[in-house]
Amino acid sequence: MGSGIYAAIHAISEAINENKDMLTDLDAAIGDADHGINMSRGFNAVMAKLEETKEEDISTVLKKTGMTLISTVGGAAGPLYGTAFLRAAGIAQGTSLITREKAVEMLSAAVQGIKDRGKAVKGEKTMLDALEPALEAFFKGINEDKSLLDCLETACLAAEQGVEYTKTIKATKGRASYLGDRSIGHQDPGATSSLIMLRTLTAYYRTSTLEA
Amino acid sequence: MKKIINMPENVVDEMLKGVVAAHPAHIRRLEGTNVLVRASAPNPKVALISGGGSGHEPTHGGYVGKGMLDGAVAGAVFTSPTPDQVFEAIKAVDGGKGVLLVIKNYTGDILNFEMAAEMAEAEGIKVDSVVVNDDVAVENSTWTSGRRGIAGTIFIHKIAGAKAEAGAGLSAVKQTAEKVIANVRSMGMALSPCIVPAAGKSSFILEENEVEIGMGIHGEPGTHREEIRPADEIADHLLGKILEDMPLAAGNEVAVMINGLGGTPLMELYIVNRRVAEVLESKGVKVIRTYVGNYMTSLEMAGFSITLLKLDGELKELLLAPADTPALVQI
Repeated sequence: MGSGIYAAIHAISEAINENKDMLTDLDAAIGDADHGINMSRGFNAVMAKLEETKEEDISTVLKKTGMTLISTVGGAAGPLYGTAFLRAAGIAQGTSLITREKAVEMLSAAVQGIKDRGKAVKGEKTMLDALEPALEAFFKGINEDKSLLDCLETACLAAEQGVEYTKTIKATKGRASYLGDRSIGHQDPGATSSLIMLRTLTAYYRTSTLEA
Repeated sequence: MKKIINMPENVVDEMLKGVVAAHPAHIRRLEGTNVLVRASAPNPKVALISGGGSGHEPTHGGYVGKGMLDGAVAGAVFTSPTPDQVFEAIKAVDGGKGVLLVIKNYTGDILNFEMAAEMAEAEGIKVDSVVVNDDVAVENSTWTSGRRGIAGTIFIHKIAGAKAEAGAGLSAVKQTAEKVIANVRSMGMALSPCIVPAAGKSSFILEENEVEIGMGIHGEPGTHREEIRPADEIADHLLGKILEDMPLAAGNEVAVMINGLGGTPLMELYIVNRRVAEVLESKGVKVIRTYVGNYMTSLEMAGFSITLLKLDGELKELLLAPADTPALVQI
């Protein structure tokens, strides 16, 4: 068994499970109290699926991850994250080593997938408030010729700030939007799960490389 | 948490098995899915599918049967079903005349049903959809996801179902469903929250004398909280909000639904209905039919919603048409 994409998804799955209650509690404040439960169910199903074949091809693993999230998470998060992984899988086709340029292309496609499916933009208190700044920071990192790891680290920082920013704004998309001003002061669960994934991927990359 | 369940992760599966065991003449379950369809599916007519999270029983499976739905897709508790499940439902009920999806206006429901519709279209099945948004508690503006779909959804099942049963084509059934959506308004309130089995605790807490006005059917918080008031005052407030949004004139005809959220005694629902009937009568509004009971629940939540549907000739005839489903029988 290699140490590449399979292990990275495994690490994300563990992180989601560790933060399951926290994500559900954040959702209880402004949504319907199921984000952690749903994400945990989804990633447990992803791991069961991936363990069947021990597949290591990057695109195939990402595609299976996306398809499984779509068919097991439910809610809005299932189609949104599922689409993100499917789009990244499309970009990763034929790739066995993820370079800095490939990584940003995959992240761009994933974020665009979430925007297309959710018809949301930055500033609406959604996962995009973590992901868009992360993507911008990643691009900036490349322009400054930083390494892939450094790009990921700055992307994480930007996503963290994005999550903090969601506390200050009113939700205009998703179930939290029904609360109007009452959503202000609460951290967005979707932005938080996005940050957890990005952070886990970065931590993973610190100790390994993303290759098959 | 005190609930009559076995394992929290099995509640939907075990509930569906119980529903099928109770109503084998009406419905069957598609093997390996959480989809209930008519025992006779597919039928040579436009098919209607509804669905959403579980926890709203008898919605949605209870309305599968002649005169209403052809299929119902159950998600996890309060969580939209996934696209593959909706797709299985579409394939099972399509009788060649097309399928109408009845979606409640929640981001998750819309995303999952949309993906399923794309899958079905790719297989050459004609699919269209309507989105129900009857909850006047929620401000409808470009700055929110729009109004939520709540108990008014039952009237879409009933009326569009009757239209499809009468042999109308997909676009005509859709048009009628949209007419119902344009003329139906609801608003609710809660006395106590509910507990999602997998979460094991309430998503919000209400103090002894506190009620939540305008809450949704998923335990999501409402517009504001206040001290409990007499039934008539609460009914007047909710009805007032509905009539503000959909003014009624003397001579108008309506259908009324006083919907319990799962933990409300029928006695209280009838007390509310008494007031609603009085107010409508004083305005010269004619109530054609009244539904009092648990139609769209929120687990064990105590509270209720009021729904008014303004009728015209077509809607009235379809509302009064026969239906034979586990949760609604009209002769």
